Amino acid sequence: MAQSRKSDAVRNCRGVGCPMNLVYTKVELAKLESGQVLEVILDDGPPINNVPGSLEREKHIILGKEQLADGAWSILVKKA
Amino acid sequence: MMDFTEEQLERYSRHILLEEVGVEGQEKLLSAKVLIVGAGGLGAPVSLYLAAAGVGTIGIVDNDVVDLSNLQRQVVHFHKDINVAKVESAKEKMLAINPDLVVKTYKKYLCADNIREIIKDYDFVVEGTDNFPAKFLINDACVMEGIPFSHGGILRFDGQAMTVVPGESSCYRCTFRNPPPPDAVPTCSQAGVLGAIAGMLGTIQATEALKYIIGVGDLLTDTLLSFDAKKMHFRKVKLQRQDDCPICGKNPTITELVDAEQAVCSI
Repeated sequence: MAQSRKSDAVRNCRGVGCPMNLVYTKVELAKLESGQVLEVILDDGPPINNVPGSLEREKHIILGKEQLADGAWSILVKKA
Repeated sequence: MMDFTEEQLERYSRHILLEEVGVEGQEKLLSAKVLIVGAGGLGAPVSLYLAAAGVGTIGIVDNDVVDLSNLQRQVVHFHKDINVAKVESAKEKMLAINPDLVVKTYKKYLCADNIREIIKDYDFVVEGTDNFPAKFLINDACVMEGIPFSHGGILRFDGQAMTVVPGESSCYRCTFRNPPPPDAVPTCSQAGVLGAIAGMLGTIQATEALKYIIGVGDLLTDTLLSFDAKKMHFRKVKLQRQDDCPICGKNPTITELVDAEQAVCSI
């Protein structure tokens, strides 16, 4: 786990472009209960620039994001 | 949660991305059963869009075969389908778009004798028929079975639609008490119809069916939407349930279905 905070599930979207990365993220979130946390790995560029905002528009909370050694990003999403 | 295949996630991605649809809404669509009555001008776009949307079970009723004069507006049928049963032609196109579906065909006219048995297993009915006896029969049967439906009609450059949720909103008979006398209103075959308005109205009906299944937005309940495509004027008229409605009022006088004078089965 990249970030110190614990997540309930992880979805690796390395190499997955927009919008399928958001589709996969929404599928993982649908499996969780409200308040649970999902870690999503997103590529640098359009994915990290777009996916978190789309999740926030659906009232999910972005608890943190950090860039990993390979340039990809890890974000922690708390399900609305 | 339903297990979506990779192919389904990609096929339905533009639905899943919508906040109001999402994974849950797409699951509802895949589990839904919709009956389309009439595989003509309205049924054509309705069947194509419901199939594309992934409505899991689609029934389609029509007793006719494809005629050359249908092809100007009934876009689910192709030149090669002339003389083929409309329900089989429509089924072929729906499955060609989306092999995920179950399509049930009914090559028959709906009558007082068979309609309740056919509609009772469906969640929603889309009425795209070309005659008033059928429209009243479908209204009455849906009210009796408690099945929501979309009414649609087109003629010349005009279209109208309303959605009925029995027990909650006004029904077709609350507003249009009885069928007009035979020949009072010309049919498309007599009066003509601009082909593209079948698409305009049919897609409105398909949208109502999808909204009902997903549970999003406001339906055209207690509302008659009509348009005049010549001027591109759209208008909504508010409707109200009528206590004295003979089918959904306080003391219904229609307690069993009968075929109207101009028998549906003989048209």
